[in-house]
Amino acid sequence: MILSRREALVLALGSVAAAAIPMQALAAVDEAVAAFTGGAEVVTGPGVVLTAPEIAENGNTVPIGVEAAGAVSIMVLAAGNPTPAVATFTFGELAGAHMASTRIRLSKTQDVIAIAKMPDGSFVRASSEVKVTIGGCGG
Amino acid sequence: MISRREFLQASVAASALYGASGIGNWSKLAAQQALTQDQLLQFDAFGNVTLVHITDIHAQLKPIWFREPEINIGVGDVAGVPPHVTGADFLKMFNLTPGSPEAYALTYQDFSALGKTYGKMGGMDRVATVVNAIRAERPEAILLDGGDTWHGSMTSHMTKGQDVVNVMNKLGVEAMTSHWEWTLGTERVKEIVEGLPFPFLGQNIFDAEWDEPAFEPYTWFERGGAKIAVIGQAFPYMPIANPGWMFPEYSFGIRAERMQEMVDEVRAEGADLVVVLSHNGFDVDRKMAGQVQGIDVVLTGHTHDAIPEPVLVGQTILIASGSHGKYISRVDLDVRDGRMMGFRHKLIPIFSDVITPDPEMAALIDAERAPFKDQLEEVIGKTESLLYRRGNFNGTWDDLICDAMLSERDAEVVMSPGVRWGASVMPGQDITREDIFNVTAMSYPNCYRTEMTGEFLNVILEDVADNLFNPDPYYQQGGDMVRVGGMGFAIDVSQPMGKRISSMTLLKTNEAIDPARNYVVAGWASVNEGTEGPPIWDVVESHIRKIGTVTLAPNTSVTVTGA
Repeated sequence: MILSRREALVLALGSVAAAAIPMQALAAVDEAVAAFTGGAEVVTGPGVVLTAPEIAENGNTVPIGVEAAGAVSIMVLAAGNPTPAVATFTFGELAGAHMASTRIRLSKTQDVIAIAKMPDGSFVRASSEVKVTIGGCGG
Repeated sequence: MISRREFLQASVAASALYGASGIGNWSKLAAQQALTQDQLLQFDAFGNVTLVHITDIHAQLKPIWFREPEINIGVGDVAGVPPHVTGADFLKMFNLTPGSPEAYALTYQDFSALGKTYGKMGGMDRVATVVNAIRAERPEAILLDGGDTWHGSMTSHMTKGQDVVNVMNKLGVEAMTSHWEWTLGTERVKEIVEGLPFPFLGQNIFDAEWDEPAFEPYTWFERGGAKIAVIGQAFPYMPIANPGWMFPEYSFGIRAERMQEMVDEVRAEGADLVVVLSHNGFDVDRKMAGQVQGIDVVLTGHTHDAIPEPVLVGQTILIASGSHGKYISRVDLDVRDGRMMGFRHKLIPIFSDVITPDPEMAALIDAERAPFKDQLEEVIGKTESLLYRRGNFNGTWDDLICDAMLSERDAEVVMSPGVRWGASVMPGQDITREDIFNVTAMSYPNCYRTEMTGEFLNVILEDVADNLFNPDPYYQQGGDMVRVGGMGFAIDVSQPMGKRISSMTLLKTNEAIDPARNYVVAGWASVNEGTEGPPIWDVVESHIRKIGTVTLAPNTSVTVTGA
């Protein structure tokens, strides 16, 4: 149920380091969103679907997927990472499916955010909390 | 706290279903002071489909003692509702009489005294008698196993699950799902699954590399004129709660979206009844049943809850059939015109002194145990205290295991995993090697000895507490709180992660734990590959041999608030 001390310390230090920069990370999220939307309003809605595990099996490689019918592009952010920007997927006019999946690294428990730019210039947002845990005691 | 009547009204009012449960019959038995096999089995057959559910037997082939929890806290929306109701509140909610057979079976109160009257419970030979009787009446009854089957005893450990596999095959299981099975390792799981005469289901088991489904998601039955789909749901947090390195090829997760796809798929193919055979844990199943549309029955597992009546979520009924072979559930259903119209349910308690063992199954079990008989039965010591495990915080078995690690491994602080399996031992009884294995048997038993800072001990307690008390069930893993020896602490379960634990104290000196200091820590069941140390059962055996007779003082090292 318990990590080895070495892994444990790495993890503990990781969370300390992350805790020291929340304002900075928050600002980075806002900045990235503003750069993507140009300041336009972003609504939370079903237009974009974000698929992510509730609890990461391995924080170093977390599978996520995004889908937004008709979207021009979809930006993915890991709000709690030192560098929140993950990827922006761009779909051409002939794209058959407006979906993408990848694996991302999450430094700690945090929200993963997807923002889709729709053809009419509007923006739709979805987010999901992914827990990164040391785990261990399943009964 | 709502009364049983209000509870029934609240659940039934929300539903067009009609239903009944067999618990009333138990109360009658108590009043008559009679307990016979016929009465335990009494059931007015109903409808056209019968499901028989058994789960979390943890390889217990023989009758055992098993004390139900005193503390089983629910947080958020589920505070004070089943299964988060224990003891006197439980008796009141389900209108049961203190001291009655059902009070003994379903609650912890007066466990040692009532155990003398009513005896051990379970035993797969008794379960076989009950299953055979149901099949004699309803030949098309479907027997489903919710998993945590191949693990948890000395013989299952020695045979890598084969003894239980042989018994369950003879019992006639028709589909199963999984959790601890995976701790046998991928290769062994695949070897057993290839030989199973029934499907090993898990819609949420994926190939880790390609993220593609790896096992059959569902199977079909045509029974009683109805087309029935049974969808499997394995334990979602396998690689987190148990050692992922033992089955690195697979990824799990709740995957509620795929569950919905599977339900839609079987409905489109003409399912009249959709059953989910789940190892999610009760609160996760309750949330999933509210999210995924179109499930008729969820046969729940993992969290070891025995609830005498189905819990309704919309039009879905949730069945909780306990653990360790103490009960099986019979659910009769009226399935007509492509839908479930009604149900009748009974949680059948397996009182081992009342139900006659099936002779063929008894012979098979004895044959499986024969090669290990001497090792199993060797007396290691004796206990004056009741030894039990279940409960959100320390149980006496874990107090003893923690004492063993403090002494044998010369540690300041020790940790024992908050698993929910493990049979009890009655006061005055001998402790055999089998008893020790019943609470320790696993494929990663090494008792490590290391150093951790006070700060990191706090990180661990907070992390495990959030796995248990996160208000969103999808973030819970379903075990109990890690058991701690040598150190006391306070926990406020209503707080968010990082704020629940306080007052960590080194018991030896009564000093506050220093976040910066290193402490010598021992523990077992580490999920890390390459953990070194003697198997925990050797540590416990050595300790019991030294002390001879176990007498445990009440443990007051954990202070719980916020419930």
